Amino acid sequence: MNAIELRPLVFAELRKIAPELEEGDVEPGKPLRDQVDLDSMDWLNFLIAVHQRFAVEIAEEDYATLDTLERICELVAARNPDAS
Amino acid sequence: MTEFRLPSLGADMDEGKLLEWKVKPGDAVRKGDVVAVVDTTKAAVEVEIWQEGVIEALLIEPGTTVPVGTAIAMLRVPGEAPGMVPPAAPAAASPPVSAPSPKAPSGPVSAPAEATVPSARKPVSPAARKLAAALGLDPDRIEGTGPHGVVTLDDVERARGKAPPATASVPTPAADRAAEMRKSIAAAMSRSKREIPHYYLAETIPMQRAADWLAAENARRPLTGRILMAVLQLKAVALALQGFPELNGFWRDGAFQPSKAVHLGVAISIRQGGLVAPAIRDVPSLDLDRLMASLADLVKRARAGNLRSSEFSDPTITVTNLGDAGAESTFAVIYPPQVAIVGFGRVAPRPWVDGGEVRAMPTVVASISGDHRVSDGHRGAAFLVELARRLQEPEKL
Repeated sequence: MNAIELRPLVFAELRKIAPELEEGDVEPGKPLRDQVDLDSMDWLNFLIAVHQRFAVEIAEEDYATLDTLERICELVAARNPDAS
Repeated sequence: MTEFRLPSLGADMDEGKLLEWKVKPGDAVRKGDVVAVVDTTKAAVEVEIWQEGVIEALLIEPGTTVPVGTAIAMLRVPGEAPGMVPPAAPAAASPPVSAPSPKAPSGPVSAPAEATVPSARKPVSPAARKLAAALGLDPDRIEGTGPHGVVTLDDVERARGKAPPATASVPTPAADRAAEMRKSIAAAMSRSKREIPHYYLAETIPMQRAADWLAAENARRPLTGRILMAVLQLKAVALALQGFPELNGFWRDGAFQPSKAVHLGVAISIRQGGLVAPAIRDVPSLDLDRLMASLADLVKRARAGNLRSSEFSDPTITVTNLGDAGAESTFAVIYPPQVAIVGFGRVAPRPWVDGGEVRAMPTVVASISGDHRVSDGHRGAAFLVELARRLQEPEKL
């Protein structure tokens, strides 16, 4: 899957952390943590969920670049082209 | 035989509704076993028993709401023969009611047609009690019109007409829970501000060493093994507290009871609104990995509304951490009967004077709110200095 196709799947993982989210609540290109109330534990749990769901490694230095849903999807698509 | 009373669930929870029994008469229990699930304004709480024995009888039915301190089960302790008549009710610190000590139940509540008069504050006929439980009414709050004021079936029927419809054994819906939780928080915080003469202190702590150490540590670890800065802060608080007994313990019955153990209450926000502050026990003895695992587990269970009674009653001091999306500093309100609360604002780069030069450095504002009945600002300040010192040696945490 490409990054755009992955969006609903990554969003579904985010929703497990923040169940109050509804479809369309997150603009993919805008900073995620400005739009969703995520503390550092939520953020870590979200990244762990992405790591486990799509079998991608995420280093701590990647955090700074992973500020939007779009960027997270791009990272997943780049590191695991077979992710689906 | 011993009465097992509904344990205290913290300053802001004074009653609970039994949702479910996890044991039945005849079951052997050990200290710490979960015997019941009780719904409170904050969460469904797993109630743990505090001593070993065999459950002799269950005194209340699911759906019943009772105040903290009410006898909810009879326990036969090791060495006692079954069916022994219990002695007078044990001298509880604060019996919930002044009514005479109840008679022992003659058998399990579930036994048919047995005149099991549970530990009631006034007499209630078994049938009336059963109906009241089914309706989610508290029979002890219903006016009795039978002989000697016994609450009868008719009384329960009448009360049903007056009371808002209630569903037994169903957890409170989220919206109601949020409103109830707000009331509970307001009650506990009002009590705190009324009774506790607070003092407040804050200190800006440089976090460069802790941040560097943590980054290097996390770089070596898989994603699932990473540690949050909050964990370093909790551990540093716990270690620093060991030298400040006047900040760690309880104010009870007009006197301070210091605690040797440091059980940190961790303020956790609930997504639907409100917060809880359950304990992580014996934090000084936990290494950072175990502390991280405990914190992750506690946050998860707090948000799922799945905590244990001891986690609400154990905290000897609370830590509130605004986290990396929070404000710069916080001056928190002490959670009675505790006597202090530690606050952390956001860790962020700020100007810091180091060796005569100003440079950008990650810092955090740590604060302590203390209880003047027990300690003074002088000791509170010394605690913050010790906390800052601990955070400069992250490798020793």
